[in-house]
Amino acid sequence: MWTSSRCKLSDLQWGGLVILAVLSLILPGRLSASEPGAGSVAPSAGTSADSGIEVKIDNFAFTPSAVTVKAGTQVIWVNHDDIPHTVDSTEGKFRSGALDTDDHFQFRFSDPGEYTFFCRLHPKMTGKIIVRP
Amino acid sequence: MKYDKQELIDQRLQDLNNDGVDRRGFLKCMAWAGTGLVWTMSGGMAASRAFAKSRGKPAAKSGDFSFVQISDTHIGFDKAANPDVTGTLEIAINRINALPESPDFIIHTGDLSHLSKPSEFDTLDQLLKGASAKEIFFVPGEHDMLTDNGEQYLQRYGRGTKGNGWYSFDHKGVHFVGLVNVANLKAGGLGSLGHEQLGWLEDDLKGRSGSTPIVVFAHIPLWTIYPDWGWGTDDSEQALSYVKRFGSVTVLNGHIHQVMQKIEGRLSFHTAMSTAFPQPAPGTAPSAGPMKVPAEQLQRVLGITDVNYLVSGTSLAILDAPLSNSR
Repeated sequence: MWTSSRCKLSDLQWGGLVILAVLSLILPGRLSASEPGAGSVAPSAGTSADSGIEVKIDNFAFTPSAVTVKAGTQVIWVNHDDIPHTVDSTEGKFRSGALDTDDHFQFRFSDPGEYTFFCRLHPKMTGKIIVRP
Repeated sequence: MKYDKQELIDQRLQDLNNDGVDRRGFLKCMAWAGTGLVWTMSGGMAASRAFAKSRGKPAAKSGDFSFVQISDTHIGFDKAANPDVTGTLEIAINRINALPESPDFIIHTGDLSHLSKPSEFDTLDQLLKGASAKEIFFVPGEHDMLTDNGEQYLQRYGRGTKGNGWYSFDHKGVHFVGLVNVANLKAGGLGSLGHEQLGWLEDDLKGRSGSTPIVVFAHIPLWTIYPDWGWGTDDSEQALSYVKRFGSVTVLNGHIHQVMQKIEGRLSFHTAMSTAFPQPAPGTAPSAGPMKVPAEQLQRVLGITDVNYLVSGTSLAILDAPLSNSR
């Protein structure tokens, strides 16, 4: 199993992340697997119909840039910019291909760990998903 | 870090008034898209002239020539900043064809396409057939290597090149080097040339006379313009260390969709306008996304770059011509 813990987050940051994660769980209801886009689903045992957690791509940034989720959660990235972006795992775990405006990419995180990602077109854009058991 | 627009304009005007540039100093000059400023390099001294005066014709000498740089055609882009990028490219090609001195060739500094789609490359090829200059040299932008690690780009535009598409050629005594700094980009980083390409560059330049004028072209700027927006190349310093011994070095880039210039000793850096859509000046917007300007102003912030090489002065005069000068 792939794990990484290069960055240790302070308790304060964890608090913020949890709030963000909770908000993210509540907010997006508009996304579902049926929405058109460049979506792709990772092999996963989870079959629950969760609507997923959205990471927005806006103004050349992933927002929130760090998200903590429970194992089995599906994360959906949606590009709101009028320039294409990609979501590439730094460790090669997933790769979205080009996401044009309003395209989305989704990935289900089955295994706990820390997953960093970036935009291959604009590598200054980085983010991470922290998956807890 | 924020650039103060007025400060830079003032600095530029001051340089114009002084009729030259302190070569010991460091000039960071932004020629705002559409203003049309000409830089002439002569014996290490740079002199700038206003656009309108630049067309005075010195007697052409045998060996003088010109070429045109176009950049960031982004065929396939259809958003509000310019819903008709093929239309503006056609205007750019018409401008090239109308130049008083026919250019020997065209250099395209990348982002040919918007999404690396075959249909986008097809459209570009079709449009470029209308250019009077038949020889076109390309380097890829990151938008051209989106789908297949750049395989399609290489097959279409990079036959006979090394690695991801780098190469060099000579033309009338000037040595041209096309570099690729958009492949295998690393998270959090800027543009990257990579070890293999740097090794090739060092070899390519080795043994050449220091009096050979050098033109280096690549997509992402080879000087650090604004790292927050990724406008620079991580290992460009090493590349530049190989060209510093040459008497005249001109570096042509695209990517930032606006004209910016810097002269540092014998190195002259220049970025070109896009033919597709403008981007904001560094730090003046929340992000580097396409900048929407009123439709009637669009052609003032898109354009081509006309580069003239004069044997007599070992100089390269760079003229940025917007698609339209009308206000």
